[in-house]
Amino acid sequence: MRNIGKEYYGNRVLKGITFTLGEGEVLSLVGENGAGKSTLMNILFGMPVIHATGGFDGEVYLDGEKSIIKSPEEAMKLGIGMVHQEFMLLPGFSITENIKLNRETTKDNLFSKFFGKSLKWLDMPAMKRDARESMDAIGLAIDEMLPVKGLPVGHMQFVEIARELDKKNIRLLVLDEPTAVLTETDAEKLLEAMNILTKKGISILFISHRLDEVMKASDKIVVLRDGEQIAETTPSETTIERIAELMVGRKIESGEMHGRPVSSINEDPILEVKDFHVSMPGESVKGVTLEVKRGEILGIGGLAGQGKIGIANGIMGLFPSWGDVLKNGEPIRLNDARFALENGMAFVSEDRRGTGLLLDDSIEFNIVATATQVQGKFMTQEKIRILDSQGMAAHARQMIKELDIRCTGPSQLTRRLSGGNQQKVCIARAITLAPNLLFVSEPTRGIDIGAKKLILDHLVKLNREQGLTIIMTSSELAELRSICDRIAIVYQGKLEGILLPTDSDRDFGLMMAGEYHKRHEKEAV
Amino acid sequence: MGNGLLSRIGIPRLIISLFLAFLVASAFSYGLPMGQIFSAMLTRFGMNALLVLAMIPTIQAGAGPNFGLPFGIICGLIGATLAIELDLRDFTALFFAVGVSIPLGAIAGWLYGLLLNRVKGQEMTVGTYMGFSIVSLMCIFWLMAPYKSPEMVWPYGGDGLRVTVVLDGRMEQLLDRLWSFTVGGVRIPTGLLVVTVLCCVLLWIFMKTRTGLAMSIVGSNPRFAEASGLNVNKYRMIASIISCAMSATGIVIYSQSYGFIQLYQAPLYMALYSVSAILIGGASLQRATITQALIGTFLFNALLVIALPVANVAMDSDISEIMRVIISNGIILYALTRQEVGGDAR
Repeated sequence: MRNIGKEYYGNRVLKGITFTLGEGEVLSLVGENGAGKSTLMNILFGMPVIHATGGFDGEVYLDGEKSIIKSPEEAMKLGIGMVHQEFMLLPGFSITENIKLNRETTKDNLFSKFFGKSLKWLDMPAMKRDARESMDAIGLAIDEMLPVKGLPVGHMQFVEIARELDKKNIRLLVLDEPTAVLTETDAEKLLEAMNILTKKGISILFISHRLDEVMKASDKIVVLRDGEQIAETTPSETTIERIAELMVGRKIESGEMHGRPVSSINEDPILEVKDFHVSMPGESVKGVTLEVKRGEILGIGGLAGQGKIGIANGIMGLFPSWGDVLKNGEPIRLNDARFALENGMAFVSEDRRGTGLLLDDSIEFNIVATATQVQGKFMTQEKIRILDSQGMAAHARQMIKELDIRCTGPSQLTRRLSGGNQQKVCIARAITLAPNLLFVSEPTRGIDIGAKKLILDHLVKLNREQGLTIIMTSSELAELRSICDRIAIVYQGKLEGILLPTDSDRDFGLMMAGEYHKRHEKEAV
Repeated sequence: MGNGLLSRIGIPRLIISLFLAFLVASAFSYGLPMGQIFSAMLTRFGMNALLVLAMIPTIQAGAGPNFGLPFGIICGLIGATLAIELDLRDFTALFFAVGVSIPLGAIAGWLYGLLLNRVKGQEMTVGTYMGFSIVSLMCIFWLMAPYKSPEMVWPYGGDGLRVTVVLDGRMEQLLDRLWSFTVGGVRIPTGLLVVTVLCCVLLWIFMKTRTGLAMSIVGSNPRFAEASGLNVNKYRMIASIISCAMSATGIVIYSQSYGFIQLYQAPLYMALYSVSAILIGGASLQRATITQALIGTFLFNALLVIALPVANVAMDSDISEIMRVIISNGIILYALTRQEVGGDAR
């Protein structure tokens, strides 16, 4: 691939990526979420989303020939196979049927002679033979006629790979985070299988967040960050620490960091979380223990799917949770959103349009809605208390001014606002509750730079002027480091460690990849 | 902003208003008695208004238009028939009927709410068929119930209620006649309109109370509601109860104005007329306001009132019932096909 570039709606997500992959080699792509790995793979695989958004720059060469891949079908014809992060298997069908799906071996019968190919019978023994062969190649020793439903995830992953292998012309296999859902022993088996494949001359593009695997399995490592190719190296030339540093490294000037030294922060905890579990699909928390100090801004970081989002959602009662949470030393009733709100906690959800807004109601009503219900604010004081529209409008106007919400007026529907302004409405709603503990999840996801800066500055202002304790969850490390006092990194549903914004890129990188403690244990030995 | 104005009025309302204006103009040119026609329009508006307003709570609470309206209506019919059975007259009869209807309607609403909370996303279909089933079930009730009043039971046999019960001398046109006066040949049913306005004010106040606001938050975004500590099912239940109680009262007011209590199959399609009226008024399946309900009731009923005489003169045949079916079903179809997700709710 040479000089690949891609723009989404004027947002440049890939800039001049160039690398080559030899026959039978394993090349690993590493980078944070949003570094551009998936976009790159979508380009290679000719996914429709790429062409629907204006194509890409640069050229792709296969065996020295310039190839233009316009659709996944063409990619398959050229011998490119892809194993997706999410399984694409039919649960009710057997392994064999899944492997041979749409490429079934058929034989003639009476009807097919008259009515054409689509009425041919399946040649089950031949299909089973083929499936067995592919499965043996990667060491998957289970019955090929088992239904896929009910298989352990590890086996499903292998079935996916076997399916790609069964395509006889396969030359290049893309594995998109294949080990993310696997246990360590399964992951090791997968690496072995990769080894077998490369011996057969199949090249592999490997995407993973697990840096130790990357070091073990690859011949070449390409590091991406913010759509740029930061480095191309080989495992023998580098170390895990070095890769972690490359992945995270961002030009943050110390002037941009607002975090205060630890010594200046109150020692008194406002919130204590002990062995806290949340069952939130895709972001489950499995035993976090954490202390939040009064008046600080605590960041929660980590890669997508590791559980950082789940913490705030669990405490606020939006997803089933269990464990011990103490606020000001008093236990909090979990799984009760009302209780959390009445206890002075407010939450700005990461799911802005789904949970955060009443899209078909006005800005003013959005801002006061929760306060009317939880605290009975903005209601008239007569016998029958109804919504005080004047008070509501006045408050909304003040919030609009304070947060610089760009709108035609307090009665505009929030559906019509841009993402950044919608987010400001969400924050205004949370502030209206006058909380003493504010959870903010992904406050800047998908919004423009101007609004981003304003929101972050406003959070700092709230914290400094009103002493509001803020827990900010974000996928953007740079943003966490710019405003937080301390940053907790979550890995696989557990707390990996707490860092200061001034700590090195290397430490952040290692923690997010779950390598920090392994390293330090080794050093101790 | 001609475009903005057009989108605010909405194309269906524009077409229907123009059609109505055309019919009024033709009625004039045929020399039809306009005074009578306008009186009928006002009366029919008042008769139906409460039944249409009953749609607002369920729509606002996210359960869609109340297609289970017949359930509530039947409670109102029980109230009205009981008033006659007890040989009550005038306002005593009316207040008794309403007084019985409201608690019965509330119980029906509670049962209906239990059902609605089990079939989220399917409320309209389930509601329609539940309404149909209840109407059929009640046909047995009307036949078997131990009513004795000779005004209501079949003159032969002495068992079972008649299909239509005449309210003459009981509470026929009680509200219509109250404080009514005639201006330029148009009789204004003052009492009826005052009751309608009263109902609107009460509903408006209710929708602005904490419970009313909670209901509309639940309907607007259930996940937002949960995050605000609201019990979604509870507020859907309240909406269902209020809607059914309103429809029970609504049918009593409808019957007194009409002068008959219609039993058996009569409530079958009443939900459809109310649903189409509110949708004509510009409500969507997710959001509805009182103004929309009133505009819709007026347009829908005015059209029916005037279409009959005009069509009779113009075509020598009665097509008003056909028109009613075309308009009401057409508008429901239109509303159901409007894009719901990401579209403009207004």
